[in-house]
Amino acid sequence: MKAKILEFRQYSNLFVELVRKGIKLKYRRSYLGVLWSMIEPLLTMIVLAVVFGTLLGYEGKDFPVYILAGRLIYSLFSQSTTNALKSIRQNEGMIKKVYVPKYLYPLSGIVFNYVLFLISLVVLAVVALVLGVMPTPRTLLAIVPLFVLFLLSVGIGLILATAGVFFRDLEYLWNVGLMLVMYTCAIFYYPDNILASDVSWILEFNPLFCVISNFRSCVFGEVMDGGMLLYSFVFSMVTVVIGSVIFSKNEDKFILYI
Amino acid sequence: MEEIIKLEHVNMQFNLSREKVDSVKEYFIKFVKKDLKYDQFMALKDVSFSVNKGDRVGVLGLNGAGKSTLMKVIAGVFKPTEGTVYKNGVIAPMIELGAGFDKQYTGAENIFLYGAVLGHSRKFMEEKFDEIVEFSELKEFIDVPLKNYSSGMRARLGFSIATVVKPDILILDEVLSVGDAKFRKKSEKKLVDMMDTGVTVLFVSHNLDQVKRICNKAMILEKGSLVAYGDIEEVSNKYKEMIE
Repeated sequence: MKAKILEFRQYSNLFVELVRKGIKLKYRRSYLGVLWSMIEPLLTMIVLAVVFGTLLGYEGKDFPVYILAGRLIYSLFSQSTTNALKSIRQNEGMIKKVYVPKYLYPLSGIVFNYVLFLISLVVLAVVALVLGVMPTPRTLLAIVPLFVLFLLSVGIGLILATAGVFFRDLEYLWNVGLMLVMYTCAIFYYPDNILASDVSWILEFNPLFCVISNFRSCVFGEVMDGGMLLYSFVFSMVTVVIGSVIFSKNEDKFILYI
Repeated sequence: MEEIIKLEHVNMQFNLSREKVDSVKEYFIKFVKKDLKYDQFMALKDVSFSVNKGDRVGVLGLNGAGKSTLMKVIAGVFKPTEGTVYKNGVIAPMIELGAGFDKQYTGAENIFLYGAVLGHSRKFMEEKFDEIVEFSELKEFIDVPLKNYSSGMRARLGFSIATVVKPDILILDEVLSVGDAKFRKKSEKKLVDMMDTGVTVLFVSHNLDQVKRICNKAMILEKGSLVAYGDIEEVSNKYKEMIE
């Protein structure tokens, strides 16, 4: 354990460099650069708000805020896990030639998406203020579901990164999995009807729904749901433990399969 | 004498797929047909030896004898399937220069990235930045993305970054053929200077004269086994017999 910490300290600079590289290269050669992190969610929010606002007849003035909050969290989760899944194969060139602690690859992929997410939070703040959703002291508690989401992304990310080395098809399978996650997250609809029905478990057992729901509560200045918070936290911790174990058990074998 | 590297009964085994399957479609078809077979291949068999501090060991052997694999095991890229590797000190592995270079990154950005890959801090790299740029003779191209570099320029940049440290152990795997004749001379001189500071050297080469000039000890690998290890004269004579 002590050796691991020393090793991480030695390679902390590489970790920073990898995160930096992810951010720098994502928007290289685009004119608006990192601004896309704000424009893109704003545009999707408008589309979703128009389509579902009219289709489902949601009248609420703050419906766009509701959508944006959900979508931001979902895309953070989907991008950071997809990044982690591909990370080992993507850095194949490096892995085959020099020794680097391998968890740096999935971890840096997740952290760089978090940094971009923090940038896109600016959009959420602006949209919320424009539509009259004012910040309250409870807004600051949003950091709690975001922390849970980080754990969840790391846990799932480590599992996917390991499995992705041995099963290339996982990348495509995970896309389908993410779609399922998305539809059971109540991103562009209000979950009340489903929560009141017999199939409420579809949402309640989805840890990402719990995270999104609690994040929204913070944004709208409401009280978080304790049960959901506990469930999503425990679920995330379990994935972190499983992820770390299977990753560290297999990392020495990666090089033989990529 | 202080032992700086010690290998005990090191085995290294690879799975070789008979053909390279890299598309998902192909993989899927082969998977369904149960055609995904791996051959097992022992790249190193029961290799044990130790190197004393200050020794310069030439590593000889034909192609595919396991020289590069052995260097990678010592550098920590591969974890041996069985056996243990002890090493004591900072290693500068000059095995494949420029591992970790990103093609979209500029030369300057790659200096920091590769420096980090080798485990250096950003501060250290900032201090050494000018020295690296100057040695590589790439000043006017340093802000150009690496994808526009020629392979010689890439190698020069890699060499300049890798040699900026003062290591305890220097692993050289056929790197004395970097760049054009002029740069080659310069890089050879730099390596000789590094060796003169008393570092331990592992030197892989097919050029026996070069090995004799640089090394005081040598080893021969044959099909993954260590067949000879000792004084340079003795081992190089044996190697000469082997290749004739």
